[in-house]
Amino acid sequence: MLPFLLRRVGVMILTALTLSFVVFCLTNLAPNLEKLARTEGSVRMSDDAVLSWIENNGHGGSMVMRYGQWLGVAPGWVRTDDKGVTRGRCIQGAVTAESAPRFCGILQGDWGTSTVFREPVIKTVSEKLSSTAWLMLWVMLVMVPVSLIIGVLSGMREGSRTDRVLSTFAIATTATPEYVSGVILVVIFASATTGISPILAEWGWISGRTLFLGTATSAIDKITFWNFALPVMTIALYGIGYIARMTRASMTEVMTQQYIRTARLKGVAFHQVILKHALRNALIAPFTVIMLQFPWLLNGVVIVETLFNYKGFGWTLVQAAGNNDIQLLLACSVVAVFVVLVTQLISDVGYVFLNPRIRLS
Amino acid sequence: MEPLSWPMIFAKMAVQFWPVWAALIVTIVLSLQFRRRLGLYGKLFDSNVGITGFVIVMFWVFTAIFADMIITFNPIAQLSGLKNALPGTPLPDTDQWYLLGGDHLARDVFSRVVMGARRVLTIAPAATVIAFMVGITLGLPAGYFGGKLDTGLSFIANLVLAFPVILLFYLLVTPEIRSTGVPIVLAAVLFLFPVIFVSVLLNSRYFTTPARRNLYVGVALVIGLWAYSGLAFNMDPTGIWSMDPNLLNVFVSVVFVNAPTVFRIVRGIVMDLKSRDYVAAGQTRGEGPWYIMLWEILPNARGPLIVDFCLRIGYTTILLGTLGFFGLGVSPESPDWGSTIDDGRRLLSIYPHPAVVPALALMSLVLGLNLLADGLREESMRD
Repeated sequence: MLPFLLRRVGVMILTALTLSFVVFCLTNLAPNLEKLARTEGSVRMSDDAVLSWIENNGHGGSMVMRYGQWLGVAPGWVRTDDKGVTRGRCIQGAVTAESAPRFCGILQGDWGTSTVFREPVIKTVSEKLSSTAWLMLWVMLVMVPVSLIIGVLSGMREGSRTDRVLSTFAIATTATPEYVSGVILVVIFASATTGISPILAEWGWISGRTLFLGTATSAIDKITFWNFALPVMTIALYGIGYIARMTRASMTEVMTQQYIRTARLKGVAFHQVILKHALRNALIAPFTVIMLQFPWLLNGVVIVETLFNYKGFGWTLVQAAGNNDIQLLLACSVVAVFVVLVTQLISDVGYVFLNPRIRLS
Repeated sequence: MEPLSWPMIFAKMAVQFWPVWAALIVTIVLSLQFRRRLGLYGKLFDSNVGITGFVIVMFWVFTAIFADMIITFNPIAQLSGLKNALPGTPLPDTDQWYLLGGDHLARDVFSRVVMGARRVLTIAPAATVIAFMVGITLGLPAGYFGGKLDTGLSFIANLVLAFPVILLFYLLVTPEIRSTGVPIVLAAVLFLFPVIFVSVLLNSRYFTTPARRNLYVGVALVIGLWAYSGLAFNMDPTGIWSMDPNLLNVFVSVVFVNAPTVFRIVRGIVMDLKSRDYVAAGQTRGEGPWYIMLWEILPNARGPLIVDFCLRIGYTTILLGTLGFFGLGVSPESPDWGSTIDDGRRLLSIYPHPAVVPALALMSLVLGLNLLADGLREESMRD
């Protein structure tokens, strides 16, 4: 187990380094830096001034060296201009040129400053991540049980009417990306002119104009059922279909196994067979699938946070990318890639751990 | 004139779609007539799920083909007074209607959705085909030879797969990146694979008869490299093959995202199939590795690949919609479904129709493709 784990972690670190380097290159391309110079310096800078701005602010030099500085394995740039003022990567705020550390990259915990939010990147990202964590938590709480129940119910008796109805539902949800289901849910539940809200308002069942809120902006301060149900449902719906189908496939396979037949022939009641014999084996595969759903959830989060204007991690990523906020975008990418890689690792290790055939051999 | 009622709107739309109905009926009647001779395609008509999916998909395919005959207005024409018009609003002084209303720039939603189908259905299948060729060309040797080649290629594939798709799009589909030429480099690499694939395919087949081999491979190379020069570098002297830089950027990114998954699927299947007896028999006969891979293993892997192809077109449609939704790589005039949804969502709670119509269109197309894949899977597993 240990060598396997070490090898996996090794590959993961190599992947993380390669990916962060790729992201670093793509965000620090010359046109991006020129745009940054014009927004940070002055819009009417001449081309020469732009180049010298880039050079003077530590964005010159080779890509590898800059990546090293950002990572914190190469010493940060220091530059003294003709007025005798020394500036550098590690010299900011109260830190003077003399007391500045030599290295200041993400390994030292310095993620740079966001140009959009005008605050340290680490502060922005951690704040927004905690908002998104709530969203993810609720999505998981809805998605996992619902999809497992649907999958088990439809896989239990393959080809039955329940199976057909639930499978159709699962296929329909996998065909509905978040930006489609979000739009449809808002129109049905959160529009003052269409859907069920006008009818309910007419009957006097709801006090406001709409049943649910069409935006989740207020959920940043206080999460309520009415402002959070739609975003959570939008993300969960897409995942439900996929996980349910995987669970169904795994369940139908388990149901054809010899030990299930033996249990049935011994006269064990059907629900006992399902709960005691089938479920434990049928749920190994969905575990992997749920873990591998995380990268896709990240997508869903970006779409839903944009659609419902919930200022979390996904919204921040869009802001960073749209406003050429290089440091923030880099940080967002690192977090995203990290989440993906860690979930892959958990899924691999979890699969080995959960499957007795591999664990005991 | 009076605004139309909902039944009248649907009736008018049904009339507008007449070329689609005609083509659908012809296709289905012919297919049912000859289904016993049509292999897997014919068997599709034995399952209800398959038929439903097929009909939905073909509906959109024919809509894309006959889009010019179906639309009632120019999809980018803005007519005054019809901003956010409700479905069925008549045009003043004419006998025409905005069947599904107008959007925030007073354009006809119905015509835009129909034209959007054409855009989606030209990019999505083409991108999927290229992604498959890349995945197959790399996945076959990786699975067949294994070893260092496999380790290296798998590592690269996993790298791409570890990127959240949306982040990759934000990094790859921007005006800045276009000016650095990264999309052209990507296109140069990715578009080379179809040429390699077809050449190797023909070469391995006709290796024993050099005269025919030279002819076929020569023709394939000439056409392939001609298209390649036009599509990747926009340097086709005749100008037949060319691609708008915006479109190239979107196209290349979508291929880039899809190819690693195809690679993994192909590699997995090949690793499974290479231990079969017919492969061993081929090796004993002294057949070359590429002949075995392309002409013995690949045809036997077609079932799962065809199913995945259908699913992947749907997934690519979703990805294109995502790009449009974030306004990446599309012009504001573009009628593609993703950006229409994005335009419509700003006034969603007051005027839902400009967003809901393309949303339903996209959903039905992907649903059709998923059902089709399901039907194909069911039928291909039966034999």
